[in-house]
Amino acid sequence: MTSADAAPGPSGTPDVWRATDAGSREPRARRLRALVVAVLVASLAVGCSTSSAGGTGGGTSAAGGSTVTVLAAASLSEAFSDLAGRFESEHPGVRVRVSFGSSSKLAQQVAQGAPADLVALAGTTVLAQLPEEAQDPARRTIVARNVLEVATPPDDAAGVSGLADLARPDVAVVLCVETAPCGSAADEVLGRAGVTPNVVSREVDVRSTLAKIALGEADAAIVYHSDVVTAKGRVRGVPIPAALNTTLDYPLVRLTDDVHPAAFAALVSSPAGEAVLVDAGFLAP
Amino acid sequence: MSIDSRPASAGVASPLRSRTSLIVPAAVGVALVVVPLTALLLRADWAALPQHLAAPTVWPAVRLSLVTTTTTVLISLLVGTPLAWLLARATGRAATWLRAVLTVPLVLPPVVGGVALLLAYGRNGVVGAPLDEILGVTIPFTPVAVVLAEVFVAMPFYVVAVEGAMRQVDRRYDALAATLGASPWHTFARVAVPLATPGIAAGAALAWARALGEFGATITFAGNFVGTTQTAPLAVYTALEQDPEAAIALSVVMLTVSVVVLGALRGRWVR
Repeated sequence: MTSADAAPGPSGTPDVWRATDAGSREPRARRLRALVVAVLVASLAVGCSTSSAGGTGGGTSAAGGSTVTVLAAASLSEAFSDLAGRFESEHPGVRVRVSFGSSSKLAQQVAQGAPADLVALAGTTVLAQLPEEAQDPARRTIVARNVLEVATPPDDAAGVSGLADLARPDVAVVLCVETAPCGSAADEVLGRAGVTPNVVSREVDVRSTLAKIALGEADAAIVYHSDVVTAKGRVRGVPIPAALNTTLDYPLVRLTDDVHPAAFAALVSSPAGEAVLVDAGFLAP
Repeated sequence: MSIDSRPASAGVASPLRSRTSLIVPAAVGVALVVVPLTALLLRADWAALPQHLAAPTVWPAVRLSLVTTTTTVLISLLVGTPLAWLLARATGRAATWLRAVLTVPLVLPPVVGGVALLLAYGRNGVVGAPLDEILGVTIPFTPVAVVLAEVFVAMPFYVVAVEGAMRQVDRRYDALAATLGASPWHTFARVAVPLATPGIAAGAALAWARALGEFGATITFAGNFVGTTQTAPLAVYTALEQDPEAAIALSVVMLTVSVVVLGALRGRWVR
């Protein structure tokens, strides 16, 4: 920067500047500079608040206090959107921001310093990916449980009546990616059933897996029972026998100690919160 | 050292200060691009790089990316070059509209492109349903879907670049070729294409780079399966969930490949 400053260059023509700048341009240039400085200061301030929040493992008070940031497993989309709306109407002035995704992706985001107050995960295995201080059992509550289910398009053109049909070569099966809890749980169930399915794609989270079925692009998928319930007829569910199925606990982890996140966590665990989750197809914890 | 040897008079911005006010935003611009790339190189665990790259998902992803992006460039050359030539010589409202439509993928979010592709070539799609019914051919979840997604997002870059180059070809050459008895095809192949070669190379490089980076349309339309539809960017995204180090290693490889290819082309054709 300094060497460029010092280099006169062929375009350094002060006469032109003198001729035009002396008049009305100078205030405008000064205003522009002020604007540039303001933008820089603002962006620095934003950068600092984000990094400090990330450094302490999440927090929202930096930006003004009344926003609760929640990261939640994709399968919780409807239930947590509903609960966030309820919380906002019960606590005027407090905003709840919920971001949904695959649990392992969310855990990675927290580990990389994403500023969040709460994270709700599908299954307890992904807890290991959280930062050490967030792995303290005292910081989490199991808020729901879920089981797996086979999902097919409503017309079930392929005729899927159980896990065994997933091994048929004419049945195109979509599963979650191995790293997502729904993917590893599906592999576990398929292994137990001794079924090797014709997998055509491993989607990044349970909702994109479900979408491939709802759009009719694949014949069967293994998703959560709650996904079939919230899909409301857009897919058809085929239960998996309990002996082969697996149950996932959904932990809600408190990453910060602020009052509003704690209140939101309390709402999720309350009877009203449990009712919302059960309506969305989850099992009570 | 100062470049302003004149006495600074009131109300006149010195060239030094004026240039600083340009350099500061320019430096911010440079930082916005360079900082993330540098961070990638700094964070990479170079000692463990070979080990991460030996992971079973890496080579299939790189190979699939190379095969599909090369196919995409070949398709762009075969159908995009004549298209660019016709557009370069076309006048009238239809050409303007066609140009606008072909530019849409440049600005469309790739995920939206993926949804559009699904609605066209999916099993229930406008084209996909008859294909499935009559020929028993399904496109989603196959490498063909990956190529279709890449062509959709990348070919417009090629057409725009080549059309620009072909517009520079003097119209008098067309006329001259015609008076010498050359057919339109002959004029295209022997006059337009040779003269537009630098533009064709630049367009091919652009299209290739865009296809290599394609993510949204691919994951939406083609799915994500190792060996058949998981391209390198999808492998990076998938690895990030469990093994960020492996994702960084693969990212470094993609960065290297991109820089090498663009660098090689830069010396020859792309300026």
